Amino acid sequence: MSEMTYRDALNLAMKEEMRRDPSVVVWGEDVALYEGSFKVTRGLLAEFGEQRVLDTPISENTIVGVAVGAAMGGLRPVAELMTVNFALLAMDQIINHMAKIRFMFGGQTFLPMVVRMPGGGGSQLGAQHSQSLESYFMHCPGLRIAYPTTPADAKGLLKSAIRDNNPVIFLEHELLYNSKGEVPEDPEYLVPFGKASVMREGTDVTIVAYARMSLLALQAADVLEKEGVSCEVIDLRTLNPLDTETFLASARRTGRAVVVEECWRTAGLGGDIAHRIHEACFDTLLAPVGRVAGLDVPMPYSREIEKLCIPRVETITQAVKGVMQWQPT
Amino acid sequence: METKLRAVLPDNELLRLHEQMLLSREFEESCAEQYTKGHITGFLHLYSGQEAVAVGATAGLHLDDYILSAYREHAQAIVRGAEPRRVMAELFGKATGVCKGKGGSMHLFDPSLNFMGGYAIVGGQFPVAVGLAFSAKYRGEDRIAACFFGDGAVNQGTFHESLNWARLWELPVLFICENNFYGIGTEVHRSSALSSIHRRTCGYDIPSEKVDGMDVIAVYKAVKYAAEKVRETGRPHFIEAVTYRFRGHSMADPAKYRSAAEHEMWKARDPIPAFAKRLLEEGIATQAQLDAILAKAQATVADAVRFAEESPWPDASAVWEDIYV
Repeated sequence: MSEMTYRDALNLAMKEEMRRDPSVVVWGEDVALYEGSFKVTRGLLAEFGEQRVLDTPISENTIVGVAVGAAMGGLRPVAELMTVNFALLAMDQIINHMAKIRFMFGGQTFLPMVVRMPGGGGSQLGAQHSQSLESYFMHCPGLRIAYPTTPADAKGLLKSAIRDNNPVIFLEHELLYNSKGEVPEDPEYLVPFGKASVMREGTDVTIVAYARMSLLALQAADVLEKEGVSCEVIDLRTLNPLDTETFLASARRTGRAVVVEECWRTAGLGGDIAHRIHEACFDTLLAPVGRVAGLDVPMPYSREIEKLCIPRVETITQAVKGVMQWQPT
Repeated sequence: METKLRAVLPDNELLRLHEQMLLSREFEESCAEQYTKGHITGFLHLYSGQEAVAVGATAGLHLDDYILSAYREHAQAIVRGAEPRRVMAELFGKATGVCKGKGGSMHLFDPSLNFMGGYAIVGGQFPVAVGLAFSAKYRGEDRIAACFFGDGAVNQGTFHESLNWARLWELPVLFICENNFYGIGTEVHRSSALSSIHRRTCGYDIPSEKVDGMDVIAVYKAVKYAAEKVRETGRPHFIEAVTYRFRGHSMADPAKYRSAAEHEMWKARDPIPAFAKRLLEEGIATQAQLDAILAKAQATVADAVRFAEESPWPDASAVWEDIYV
């Protein structure tokens, strides 16, 4: 184990997989010479050369589409979209091609490809650079989706994504790039898709979260513990496959649940997860499932109002308290 | 002065071009009949009139070259070697179809023939072709990606992105535009600022040429030359084949936006009788031989329809299969 940042863990995952498998290639806007806008691809060009690490034009739809073709041709492309916001320009290739090709061609091909994209809000980047679009991808069958929280998971999930024969949307949170943690050095360290992580055990309420929201949930759990509330915090790790078994078992045990998502509340993934818990655990639930989500507004620039739009530790503690105190009217 | 056919290809190959054009025509006309009977449903875009493009172009490529197309792609698939039986079964939505009935008319695919798909989003196949060409170049394989598309697709962002990209990365892609003058019902001069499509590629430093898409030999020669150029230089090339669709955009389109005179003018240039006439005139085939070729094509299509009719529907469980590996 060694301590490293989330950014370096992702970088290490790519390096290890490129060393292991010559069919892994990396491309995106500014990923080679500039070493990535968020420096996640630092050192790749120097080590692997311009045949395998390629700068692309600013053509997001084609960045993904070329990866689709290259994957069909037997390579394992890892394409970077500079931010998740630009994925909207690539939605045709993501939704109509990447997600559908295997099915509509009757299983005669598969796409071993990864599209990495940083996202999330909280850096005063304004409405067009601060979005959380995970629900968009989760809504569409045919895509695998990972969204790591810790540096160890960042490494283990990205390595699994690159080795996966399904097309993977790999989300990275911009505010986590500098976060540090212990990361296994073993080049065979893989975190499987579809296995949530119980980050903290508890008995009173289950908090289901992912990515940066899981870290806020842990902080909320610390606060609540002092007030006598024991929270179990579940980090989903992958949104597709979704490890329903782990959060349903936990919610059944605690009898209460709160889902925390960074994306917009309306039609957000929290509504789906909450519904799954209601449906499966209705007889043992002590309160309706709570939801904490981003506000249904475009992200403002100003720091003081931007922070109101993204879930915070206080909004999570309040939601948990609301669930704990719930009484039938 | 027209080139003599024998100066281009041996007799058996010339006859094969004729056979493939006839098979394509018979197949498409049979599809129209099956559509009116309700055996084929959904969108059905027929290729009648454009046969010289698919047949001439495919003959100019190597078998291990990739072919990609759009939603009017039955002929490209069949000419490349897809079994008419399994293509017809796909259109019927049967389990024996080339994509198990999950793709339909617009999504034919057969990797064993390097036929890498029909794509139903206009322009969606451009980047996919570029990616396949990248994979070929990366592995040092001697193959190119031939990408068919219509005149409507050249106004999509992917067209410009992919031409730029293919030239920038020096990738072996042959772009083949089938200019049939209509994007559904909008004539090319109403959708393209520069309706002479092949001239658009100068912005990407890609060589291009225009060819008579009603002349199978002209298409063959142009594609063969361009494909060799692509192989030799590793750079993309572009061909605009000027052609015409005898039917509407799809079976749902009565094509009222074009005049009867225009239609008749192009009908008079039908590539199949035109080529048959040359085969007869140059003594390459007798009328009896041509009749036999037609009879064989009709029998193949009749057999395909019978096979499709008799094939089973996919099992209910198929809806959950082939989504994830």
